[in-house]
Amino acid sequence: MSLLKIQNLKVYFTARGKTVKANNGIDLEIRENEILGLIGETGCGKSILGRAIVGLLSDNVEIGGEIVYKSENILDLSENELRKIRGKDIGIILQNPSAALNPVLSVGNQISEIYRYHENMGKKEARIRTAEMLEMVGIDPKRMHEYPHQFSGGMKQRVMIAMGLALNPGLLIADEPTKGLDPTTKDKIVDLICELVINRNMSLLLITHDLGVAEKMCDRVAVMYAGEIIEIATIENILSNPQHPYTQDLLNSRPKKGLNPTAGESPSLSSPPAGCKFHPRCRCVIGECPKTHPQMIETEKGTSVRCFLYRDN
Amino acid sequence: MLKYILKRIFLVFFVVIGVTIVTFSTMHFAPGDPAEIIAVARYGDDLTQEQIDWVRVTEGFDSPVYIQYLKWIEHVSRLDLGRSLVTSHDIFEEITIRLPATFKLAVSSLVISLCIAIPAGIISAVRKNTIIDHLCMSAALLGVSIPNFWLGLMLIWLFALTLHLFPSYGYGGCEHLVLPAITLGTSMAAVTTRLTRSSMLDVLNQEYIVTAKAKGLDEKTILLRHALKNAMLPVITFAGLQLGFLLGGAVIVETIFAWPGIGKLLVDSIYARDFAMVQGCVLFIAVLFAFTNLIVDITYAFLDPRIRYE
Repeated sequence: MSLLKIQNLKVYFTARGKTVKANNGIDLEIRENEILGLIGETGCGKSILGRAIVGLLSDNVEIGGEIVYKSENILDLSENELRKIRGKDIGIILQNPSAALNPVLSVGNQISEIYRYHENMGKKEARIRTAEMLEMVGIDPKRMHEYPHQFSGGMKQRVMIAMGLALNPGLLIADEPTKGLDPTTKDKIVDLICELVINRNMSLLLITHDLGVAEKMCDRVAVMYAGEIIEIATIENILSNPQHPYTQDLLNSRPKKGLNPTAGESPSLSSPPAGCKFHPRCRCVIGECPKTHPQMIETEKGTSVRCFLYRDN
Repeated sequence: MLKYILKRIFLVFFVVIGVTIVTFSTMHFAPGDPAEIIAVARYGDDLTQEQIDWVRVTEGFDSPVYIQYLKWIEHVSRLDLGRSLVTSHDIFEEITIRLPATFKLAVSSLVISLCIAIPAGIISAVRKNTIIDHLCMSAALLGVSIPNFWLGLMLIWLFALTLHLFPSYGYGGCEHLVLPAITLGTSMAAVTTRLTRSSMLDVLNQEYIVTAKAKGLDEKTILLRHALKNAMLPVITFAGLQLGFLLGGAVIVETIFAWPGIGKLLVDSIYARDFAMVQGCVLFIAVLFAFTNLIVDITYAFLDPRIRYE
């Protein structure tokens, strides 16, 4: 069953006369009880996609396409209607908890206000629920009166998780939840998120550039490049049989494969190359690559790739 | 929190000592022989060397500088700032008589300024680049550009001379306070409005505001709960400095409205070459400034937990 369906999503920013095509025709489906990974290099538009889903983009942005959540197009909703969905139906954990937590409010307040606002709870009740949430993410509820600067990076991330899950949303979007954490803490956070998401029968959209994290957590993975999805497959297929040359490069760039980074720079989103956006860096260019923009091709059930190499299959 | 406050008070103590040293040195290393200046004030311009020497001995100017300083400090610590060279009145008493007037004017202008600046600044930040924002910012630019003395005179002309609503000068009931307080308050509001706006804009661009939106909170809650407290930090520092300056006497405005505050006392003493009085005023103003900053620091700690738990 599909929980969220994104169709032909376009997110364009205009700054200083240049149009930045941050998301250019994204088709993506998140199923119920699924952990879907969205991976790609920094600046490929994955965070923008995460924010677009909950309508958190700034005003100077042009959005087209459809984001259908439970048969409603989120892009058609008014700000008031969106507000009711945020936190309650779709939770989001923004990247960098140090900046994403308000420095002058206690962490308890920052969680309990969600209950007070969405469910009109009294102070006491909200505090009890907050304590439960904190306990669940592994923070001593006594610390609810403390402020973000008194927490370590991993603990702040736990607070963010508690905030994202407070109202038991059907879908959680986690934007780089393991960024900047040391390996031990990273593992703990990964386990915590997996456990909570699975226990609560939720879906998770995991935005990350860390293949190791994706491998541990995800059921399926979508690979993004220059504002487009270039490959979607189950995590097993991605790891054992990557199809797109970029995905192959990505896998080869992992430390255990000998750290072979893809040559060249990521393309600018304001003036991307014609044809396939990856062709200037690609090892397998054929005649058509620089001229025609490839479409997604289903190579086997559940695996699609945006590459001319697979056209004949 | 208590530790933080004690630390601040401790620091203020050193600031005050520094202030006394600077004030004392300015008096002693300023060009001219202090004994001679005092003698002139006392006996007029036709001086004999004996008179000057007499002053030097009786006032203790013949002893080493550090002895003079310690003696002076001992007097100051007993709130004895000496006597005016012109009127022979006790200086500390003279200043404390003026203090209520200065205090009234300072606080009411600050209140007026903040009542205008904070709402105006928030509205212009939230409705950035709309007509309201442009109006507020134009008004602020006007406010910054108009000099106090001109605004004061215009207010006197309009409200006192033409409309006869308020008295044009003097000290007394609330009606006397209106024009000087508006003059000072509006011109201060101009800068504070701009500061509030830019501080608010800065805060509204922070990630934690996006987090607040992601939780589904409404705009009012986000503004008042998440943004305002953060945005007020620089504004409070600035308002504290302004209050410090005001308590030091708003010289121009006090002069225009013949407001018997410390600023006017200072200017009058400078004209009368009453440098004992000048020294007393400067010391008093500096200490007042240090204490205003102490209050700002404490307020700051209440707003910002990062400072509280330092």
